[in-house]
Amino acid sequence: MSERVGVYICHCGSNIAGTIDVEQVARWAGEELEGVVVSREYKFMCSSLGQELIQEDIRKENLTRVVIGACSPHLHEKTFRRTCTAAGLNPYLMQMASLREQVSWVTVDKRAATEKAKAMISGAVRRVIEQEELTASQVPVNPATLVVGGGIAGIQAALELADAGYPVYLLEREPSIGGHMAQFDKTFPTLDCAACILTPKMSDVGTHDGITLLSYSEVEEVSGFVGSFHARIRKKARYIDEEKCNGCGICIEKCPKKVVDEVFEAGLGLRKAIYRPFPQAVPKFPLIDRPTCIYFERGTCKACEKFCPTDAIDFEQTDTYLDLDVGNIVLATGYKLFSAAKIPQYGYGRLANVFTSLEFERMCNAAGPTEGKIVMRDGVTRPQSVAIVHCVGSRDKRNHPYCSAVCCMSALKFGHLVMEKTDAKVYSFYIDMRPLHKGYEEFYDRLLTEGMTFIRGRVAEVTDAARLPGEEGKLVVQVEDTLIGRQRRIPVDMVILMAALEPQEDARDVGLKFGISCSMDGWFTERHPKLDPVATMTDGIFIAGTCQGPKDIPDSVAQGAAAAARIAGMISKGSVMIEPVVATIHEERCSGCRICNNLCPFNAIEYLEEKAVSWINAALCKGCGTCIAGCPAQAISGAHFSNLQIFSEIEGLLYDALCSNGAGAPQSEIAVEAL
Amino acid sequence: MHRTHGTSSFLEKVIAATPGGETLVTCLQCGTCGGSCPSGPDMDHTPRQIFAMINAGMEDEVLRSNAPWYCVSCYYCMVRCPKEIPVTDIMYALKRMAVRAKLYDDSDAPDFSESFIGFVETYGRSFEVGLATRYHLTHHPLNKFALGPFALQMLARDRLALRPERIKQIDQLRAILDKAKTLEAV
Amino acid sequence: MRYAYFPGCSLSRTARAYDLSTRAVADALEIELEEIEDWNCCGATEYISLNKTAAYALIARNLALAARQDNLKQIVAPCSLCFLNLRKADHYMGKYPRLGELANSALAAGGLSYAPGSLTIRHMVDVVVRDVGLDAIAAKVTNPLTGLRVAAYYGCLLVRPELGEVSENPEYPMFMDRLMSALGAEVVDFPLKAHCCGGHMTQISADTAFELIRRLLHNAAEYKADVIVTVCPMCQLNLDAYNLPILYFTQLIGLALGMDVPTLGIGQEIVSANEALRKIGTEIGPSQPERPARKKDDKSLPMPRTKVEA
Repeated sequence: MSERVGVYICHCGSNIAGTIDVEQVARWAGEELEGVVVSREYKFMCSSLGQELIQEDIRKENLTRVVIGACSPHLHEKTFRRTCTAAGLNPYLMQMASLREQVSWVTVDKRAATEKAKAMISGAVRRVIEQEELTASQVPVNPATLVVGGGIAGIQAALELADAGYPVYLLEREPSIGGHMAQFDKTFPTLDCAACILTPKMSDVGTHDGITLLSYSEVEEVSGFVGSFHARIRKKARYIDEEKCNGCGICIEKCPKKVVDEVFEAGLGLRKAIYRPFPQAVPKFPLIDRPTCIYFERGTCKACEKFCPTDAIDFEQTDTYLDLDVGNIVLATGYKLFSAAKIPQYGYGRLANVFTSLEFERMCNAAGPTEGKIVMRDGVTRPQSVAIVHCVGSRDKRNHPYCSAVCCMSALKFGHLVMEKTDAKVYSFYIDMRPLHKGYEEFYDRLLTEGMTFIRGRVAEVTDAARLPGEEGKLVVQVEDTLIGRQRRIPVDMVILMAALEPQEDARDVGLKFGISCSMDGWFTERHPKLDPVATMTDGIFIAGTCQGPKDIPDSVAQGAAAAARIAGMISKGSVMIEPVVATIHEERCSGCRICNNLCPFNAIEYLEEKAVSWINAALCKGCGTCIAGCPAQAISGAHFSNLQIFSEIEGLLYDALCSNGAGAPQSEIAVEAL
Repeated sequence: MHRTHGTSSFLEKVIAATPGGETLVTCLQCGTCGGSCPSGPDMDHTPRQIFAMINAGMEDEVLRSNAPWYCVSCYYCMVRCPKEIPVTDIMYALKRMAVRAKLYDDSDAPDFSESFIGFVETYGRSFEVGLATRYHLTHHPLNKFALGPFALQMLARDRLALRPERIKQIDQLRAILDKAKTLEAV
Repeated sequence: MRYAYFPGCSLSRTARAYDLSTRAVADALEIELEEIEDWNCCGATEYISLNKTAAYALIARNLALAARQDNLKQIVAPCSLCFLNLRKADHYMGKYPRLGELANSALAAGGLSYAPGSLTIRHMVDVVVRDVGLDAIAAKVTNPLTGLRVAAYYGCLLVRPELGEVSENPEYPMFMDRLMSALGAEVVDFPLKAHCCGGHMTQISADTAFELIRRLLHNAAEYKADVIVTVCPMCQLNLDAYNLPILYFTQLIGLALGMDVPTLGIGQEIVSANEALRKIGTEIGPSQPERPARKKDDKSLPMPRTKVEA
């Protein structure tokens, strides 16, 4: 019984038809290619009318196979598979030939393009005849979700899922959730107090029945696949018994050891060895920082234990481990700040009154080291003039080529705060002003009105070497005022460096752990930069917030919500479709050599000890074909990419080399075992 | 690469004359070069302005500018430029183009270089006293550096050679330099 | 350790003190310097202002001569400008193949050739600090420069531009400071340590040049330096004859190693170093603690902890 193949050549407007003689190809296919009973060309195959054309033919002509010469399968393979399914034809009995991306868009000579198109259609026809029906499988989706990262994006995702009635595990590496937003004073452009808008959400998370908060914890290992992930969590020891602790804070008061808080206070303030990162921390429990605790260092003190009214201090506490089963994972691990010391000409770390943006946030914050007063490094003197330097480490090939998206707005915010709290003169040194979103341009206008001075020029250096009158004892910002065209030296008391946002230190390792990739800059890679910003190439793993790239709070919240919505959709559907284009190991041929185990980039191959053979987990398998090629015994076959299918396609492509009259080539002599 | 109208635009000429000059088209006009330049305030146009003018095709004005001649080759601009544009090397290229086009007005700086080069090509080594004499007699007869107490102090400490040294294979050097000049003009 | 030695034109007369002290110190530190046979001028900043290929060919002749001289793999230059020109020519000939081809065509006219990357070009101070090592030098110090306030002046071309490997901080280097500390001197860390001295600007625009010089001297004096130590004959020449004595780093190394004044060419500087050198011989001061303990009512904010360059 021979197959009945329908061939459809798309014009794609003039994209294909402008270079390839589509009528000729369609005619040739119908006349010359064995098995082809219908051959048409049409302006836009992907349109409803185009699809209906195919469906009618399937029904009327009893087509058993379909070949479509059009754009790349990346774009419309799904479309045409659906077309076939709707007409009752198995979607895997359809093959697309990329006549656009692989022929008309890359070939100048029209004759050559037409010939190449013919070869590709011939290959597709030969191949599709050997294709087999396949059915996608369904896997169940565990309604629980793991959200990694308790910043604003993670909090949003967790709350949305939990409010929808699905259980969420929210994991945070630091002792409290809140992320960087908890460090800020006010947020642009509304000048909302960051804590005021964040803490209600934090409190919701802390009290929500549906959210299990795993703070001060790390993910050790992840395995599984979409719908059924398994994560091993390490809860780090706080040395506090959370059952007994009532959060009174006496331990913190009595602790004699003060150290610089490098994390929450950005190195500007102090904390005790036993501490809560900030007063509104969720959860409320303090923790002992082992490296700085006197007891752990020398075995003495124990003041916290002595004074604790509920006997909650437990120096013997160890890390505990937890195993979680979830259906999906959201990574919302945030960013860290670029180390401004890497740009030595700005004097950070050497000149006392040069601060980073995060340090300045802490300074402005009423709960910060200076109780919200803007002062110089001596902790007392008020600055009379402040310079805000944009693009420190951003837009810079030596550090980060990208723009960090938020610094221009933050700089405006800082300008406003300085002018509100002091009567200092504020300068902004920028290359471009980027107030992009709702209310941002108006905020810029507001600052212009409030009297902030804007000088367009990337700061060349910040120096304490006085040269001109008025510079003695000041920090001098040397810059070319590009709008005037002259080099200027502006003496100021304080300099704020708007440092770049960069990926977390261990972003690449985290990516590897979860099976997703990072871009060159280290941000997690989304599935599609325009159309799918929260999904990744790994089904079931989503990304949200700044870990995907620098962005402001509204965008982080939107991404957290988007990830939650995607997951909620999957959970409510209950199952996820797994593509059947996977590899299978034929046990009777497998010698147990295990070469394939290490070849699989998706860790989809396991070794079954008792049977002494390897086995492919179809849910993890992406059908890349590496193991198939690597198996020395040819024991692995790939669905939809069998040797017979591939060789048939090659023979079809070489049709005019195998037979002088261009007709269907004779059966190949190569011994190919059908697998 | 960079699209221009017509054949060799001034921008393309500058790029061709500078090793690594292709990056010039990525200039952000941020002004780091002009801000870093120690002699920037003395230039009629800052380096950044020069690049904007090159982009605008203002060949005459750029080659007449004193900016490249005031460049002290400190390389601050080059190590700080966020686009890694070889600013100092562009300045050298502009000097060469200006001299060839005979466009540089103030005749001091090119003459100094020419005098220096004259000695190097004659002897294979530089000859400060000869250079100072030749240059200053033509341009600044009363320049303190050449005739003043400084020079006398240098003489007193035997730090001024009154006769030039010559390398042995000066012919080899001349052959190399002559060949090089025929190979590439700028 | 054997190196091809490229003294540069100024070391024969104007900076003879540098040549003398370099050779003396090299001897003491077991650095073997073999002068490149028949080397020519590197062209300074002048040659390249009027020629391109010829300028690189001029420099490359030296590279070619050194490369075929007795199996030497490294060139050391005491003058920062020679150092820059040599390493720039080597780097650019490799990075820009067209330029490399043209330069080699020119060299061929003189029966020479040079494959970029065949030699490593080093500055004398880098050889001393990295190849000999500060510990080895400190061990040989017999006359520590205690009490002498030394401003380590790097100049620009020693640390900039960054070609290929970035090994030193181009804005705020510390390696010569550490060298001077190893000799027992009290190092004055002044902010303009890597600012330009003006180079040949004294000849082109005196006003610009003198302003640059003034800034440096003023800054060093503000920080109460007794002497400024340099690594470049041009810097020495430019800064000399005003208020502070300007010595070469090799001269200070030599003094610390117990060598005498004439061997090191001390006395050739115009502002005499005598008064500064009289200071050598007092007690060594205490070392700075990492982070001083905070007093109870100390309101000041902690300084950031930044990584110190290796």
